[in-house]
Amino acid sequence: MARTGAVSAAIELKGISKAFGPVQANKDISIRVIPGTIHGIIGENGAGKSTLMSILYGFYKADKGEIFIQGHKTQIPDSQAAIAAGIGMVFQHFKLVPNFTVLENVILGAEDGALLKPSIAKARKALTDLAEEYELKIDPDAVVETLSVGHQQRVEILKALYRQADILILDEPTGVLTPAEADQLFRILNRLREEGKTIILITHKLREIMDITDTVSVMRRGEMTATVKTSETSPDQLAELMVGRKVLLRVDKQPAQPGAPVLKIHDLRVVDKDGVERVKGIDLEVRAGEILGIAGVAGNGQSELLEVLGGFRAATGTIEMNGQPIDLTGKHSDGQSRRARGIAHVPEDRQREGLIMDFHAWENVAFGYHHDPAYQSGPLMNNAAIKADTERKMEKFDVRPPNPMLTAKNFSGGNQQKIVVAREIERNPDLLLVGQPTRGVDIGAIEFIHQQIVSLRDAGKAVLLVSVELDEILSLSDRVAVMFDGHVMGERDPKQTDEKELGLLMAGITEMPDKPIIEAVEEQLKAKQAREAAQHG
Amino acid sequence: MDRMPAWADAVLVPLFSLVLAAILSALVIIGIGEDPVAAFKLMVDGALMRSSGWGYTLYYATNFIFTGLAVAVAFHARMFNIGGEGQAMIGGLGVALVCLYLPWPHWTLALLGSAAGAALFGALWALIPAYLQAKRGSHIVITTIMFNFIAAALLNYILVNLLRPPGAMDPASANFPEATHLPTFRDMFSTADTILFRGAPANVTFFIAVLACVLVWLLMWRTRLGYEIRAFGHSESAAKYAGIAPVRITVVAMLISGALAGLMALNTTQGESERLILNATEGAGFIGIAVALMGRSHPVGVFLAAILFGFLYQGGAELALWTNIPRELIVVIQALVILFTGALDNMVRMPLERLFLAFRRKEG
Amino acid sequence: MDLLTILQVLDSTVRLATPLLLACLAGLFSERAGIIDIGLEGKMLGSAFFAAAIASLSGSVWLGLLAGIGASLVLSAIHGLASITYRGNQLISGLAITMLAQGMTVLIAQDWFKQGGRTPSLEGGARFEPITLPFAEALQGVPVLGPIYHDLISGHTILVYVAFIMVPVTWWVLFRTRFGLRLRAVGENPAAVDTAGVSVVGLRFAAVMICGVLCGLAGAYLATGLQAGFVKEMTAGRGYIALAALIFAKWRPWYALYACLLFGLLQAVALRYQNIDLGAFVLPVQFMDALPYILTVVILAGFVGKAIPPRAGGEPYVKER
Repeated sequence: MARTGAVSAAIELKGISKAFGPVQANKDISIRVIPGTIHGIIGENGAGKSTLMSILYGFYKADKGEIFIQGHKTQIPDSQAAIAAGIGMVFQHFKLVPNFTVLENVILGAEDGALLKPSIAKARKALTDLAEEYELKIDPDAVVETLSVGHQQRVEILKALYRQADILILDEPTGVLTPAEADQLFRILNRLREEGKTIILITHKLREIMDITDTVSVMRRGEMTATVKTSETSPDQLAELMVGRKVLLRVDKQPAQPGAPVLKIHDLRVVDKDGVERVKGIDLEVRAGEILGIAGVAGNGQSELLEVLGGFRAATGTIEMNGQPIDLTGKHSDGQSRRARGIAHVPEDRQREGLIMDFHAWENVAFGYHHDPAYQSGPLMNNAAIKADTERKMEKFDVRPPNPMLTAKNFSGGNQQKIVVAREIERNPDLLLVGQPTRGVDIGAIEFIHQQIVSLRDAGKAVLLVSVELDEILSLSDRVAVMFDGHVMGERDPKQTDEKELGLLMAGITEMPDKPIIEAVEEQLKAKQAREAAQHG
Repeated sequence: MDRMPAWADAVLVPLFSLVLAAILSALVIIGIGEDPVAAFKLMVDGALMRSSGWGYTLYYATNFIFTGLAVAVAFHARMFNIGGEGQAMIGGLGVALVCLYLPWPHWTLALLGSAAGAALFGALWALIPAYLQAKRGSHIVITTIMFNFIAAALLNYILVNLLRPPGAMDPASANFPEATHLPTFRDMFSTADTILFRGAPANVTFFIAVLACVLVWLLMWRTRLGYEIRAFGHSESAAKYAGIAPVRITVVAMLISGALAGLMALNTTQGESERLILNATEGAGFIGIAVALMGRSHPVGVFLAAILFGFLYQGGAELALWTNIPRELIVVIQALVILFTGALDNMVRMPLERLFLAFRRKEG
Repeated sequence: MDLLTILQVLDSTVRLATPLLLACLAGLFSERAGIIDIGLEGKMLGSAFFAAAIASLSGSVWLGLLAGIGASLVLSAIHGLASITYRGNQLISGLAITMLAQGMTVLIAQDWFKQGGRTPSLEGGARFEPITLPFAEALQGVPVLGPIYHDLISGHTILVYVAFIMVPVTWWVLFRTRFGLRLRAVGENPAAVDTAGVSVVGLRFAAVMICGVLCGLAGAYLATGLQAGFVKEMTAGRGYIALAALIFAKWRPWYALYACLLFGLLQAVALRYQNIDLGAFVLPVQFMDALPYILTVVILAGFVGKAIPPRAGGEPYVKER
């Protein structure tokens, strides 16, 4: 029985260590979480936050260390044990069965007997009660894949509460939400705290830590560097603790000197393979020497816009590049033709799109440009020339280790992204498309990549930036357009707007509603989901 | 970090798998009351200790090189072509039509013509599954299995109703004209004093198979098409981003695969039987899967694995002749090799990885 | 065509559809749990041999049935080991298992019986006998319905009735029980099952083993019910036709029944008529043989509606951080 202080901690970890092969993901981590509080855990990508929580939820077994739940030493060999210990987890990527109903998802694994009927009836009643207690309203018979992302997250929380969780762990819960939905989530979390639940919030967003947590622990490179009361710290101090040095939270850049329009988009429409219209007639313009940022929650047509411009999705409407129309459906609508027109593309997902993870670095540097005459000798590819080019680019972009023969998957996230950015920017394109340039990238590489994008702009090139990180949009862009449900809801000057205004636009609300904001937002999201479902059928 | 160096993964995993398969096969041989050591000796004697044994071993190996390369090329595009058997059958039809209905002055020209026929017919038989996979997402594994059965039925129909000479009983075409007969190893390597490869079917096609290995290597690792095929095989979404058309790559890779499988018929149909018979492929399309898996889809590996399976095949025939062990033993070995290298590879890999990790810790 | 002929063809359809149906439901359990199984053919073959061999040696068809199921379960266990425990390639595993069965059955048959890879013909208690349903004889005289009851519905072996009863049983298990809910969930999103504290490995093994039992029944029926003994490669592609039926049925039990009856009918017609003279032209027997496969390709091509397989099918489950 471990009793330190007046109350026993809801969770206490002592000396947790975990290695994956040669990588030490968690090093001697100790932490105490006070019951009835919201405890934030913040750290860069790869700092070991998720590993720690996976140990707590029985996904991994710690190499060393002890876990105490409500003062009792507890072994958590699997998720079953974690659930039994009163721990519930809401993962970043939801663990729902998409074609099951809410009820079916809630009872899965927590059924009351061999037959479904009684379990379903019991869960239906329990869900009604929980909805009242915590403002977690949801249609129990809705099929999960027809729900908005925010509501799917609600199902995850309900799953945990149905299993009588006292401790709720949320891993990056706001990444997929509009700011208003995030606010609503935080209201729910506050309510849960009031009812005596303990909440652990894992995030990389300083603002969220400051807004809602009571205590915050900072992780860096597998170690717990500090645990402080939120009221006694500041974003700057946390950032420094996360990175281990002073960081510039704002991008240092001169005002833009926009020139002639490079890219002109008119009435662009995209229908996906399921027949759902994803982009619904948008008009945009990007000028030389400026960065146009596209803000929006994931899944509102930004990805499709990038894919059309990058040449791997068909569309209707017109796009002009330097005054000349580009082919949207025909023979010249592929990525090769786009590159030939001076469009380079740092895609949103470097692991699925930007790189072949099993290829060597040098093969990846040729990726997309493998038809470049400089890379050929006769009918064969000139591998030596590609390797030499790779060495040069790796050095210029400070890729570590600077070894062209290393396989892409063996680089860190930041260095992988640098390879992609080097490949695209070094082509000196007229237009650079950039999607989520710093997702899963450490702060050092973020600063470097941001600088590269800004200097391309300063060289008089056009940049179209898509990011779900509002901070990134606001600090990098010269103009901001907000997308919702396939429409551009409006354009703003980043110096004359704020997160709140953009947040409303991101939910499709252009003027202040006469009802509570969250109601208006949810109405919009529900309508969007319904439209998609209707087209799907 | 990789847990194990790439060379170890490429060499040790197949070898270890082979050892496992050998141990299990030995147990099977013991189970049916025979002596595995004696059996192995008999296999080596029959397949490797005489030039005629080699003549059979290399004859079978020729088949397996073609079908192994066929499977390997499809593997690189992340497609599992189980249809080598059917593609080789239809390739045989191509060979037969070229040899029977075109007048050839010399075997060299006939070989060029029939190679074109074999490759074309084999590729065509792969085209429909490829197209359906690329355009309609029909799973190529199932469609190629189905096309094996359809090929067998089609060939049966054509041989029985169309190509069978009047009055003949067995479902086979007429004999090919003399001018299309390919030189055997005996013709090529015997001297006035010593006759080598007596009675063995190995023929000039073996060298075409070796050439095919070289060409496939060049294609996969030195050309843009090969680069695109490999990129597509590793990640379809990334390939699309890079401007590589999935439909084109799927179809082209399967056409190459089908053509390679079809070329096998040069060896069996033109080189050995000198007429088209019903079951010329004898499961070589499936052995190609074992060969490609064992050879890690690399032409050098495919070549070596094909020789190994050629040895097993010829050795197995010797066993069936002299002992109570039926030829199906080879099917069992082949199944075990496929199982260990293709499906239980992680089981084989894990102890090896542990070994390397321990070794590395010691050094560090 | 008179009633008698129709009844004979339909009767033969039922017999030929039975192994397809059992194998198809076997595949349904496995694939609904996310484990693709192209080794149905091999498991049926293994079961067919051991059922015939043990029935022949012991004289008891029931011991034979147990042996057949046992053999099929062993092969299922190998498939589970490869595709669940060691997260291997499920397609390659299925193929290897089929080859293993093709080789081992002949090897053992030759060792035990020395008849060129077959078992002796089964007689008497070593075969499943037809069951005459109550009143079949009495009602035979009733016009139309009488013969249908007597010739078509009555007079099959026990495994035929088991196969048909398995259809509603499968439906009920999948959609009305806790096990079914979890099984379907693990085939759609194993991570959901895992984080809910249920063992993905356990569920998938259960599914694969059920698949083994049903394939065992299918194989035993082939060798001891439909025919009287084992011959080399006697499954003759039935495992693949069952797989095709499963896709045709879109992984649903009742549709599986209809698909298997259709393929059974095709086989029955091919068996009875050989070359079919349609007046204008003759359908050769080879075409009838190939028809199930051609039909499958047409179905796969999506010309008869798109089939959406279970989402996690074929993908080994790896825990994600």
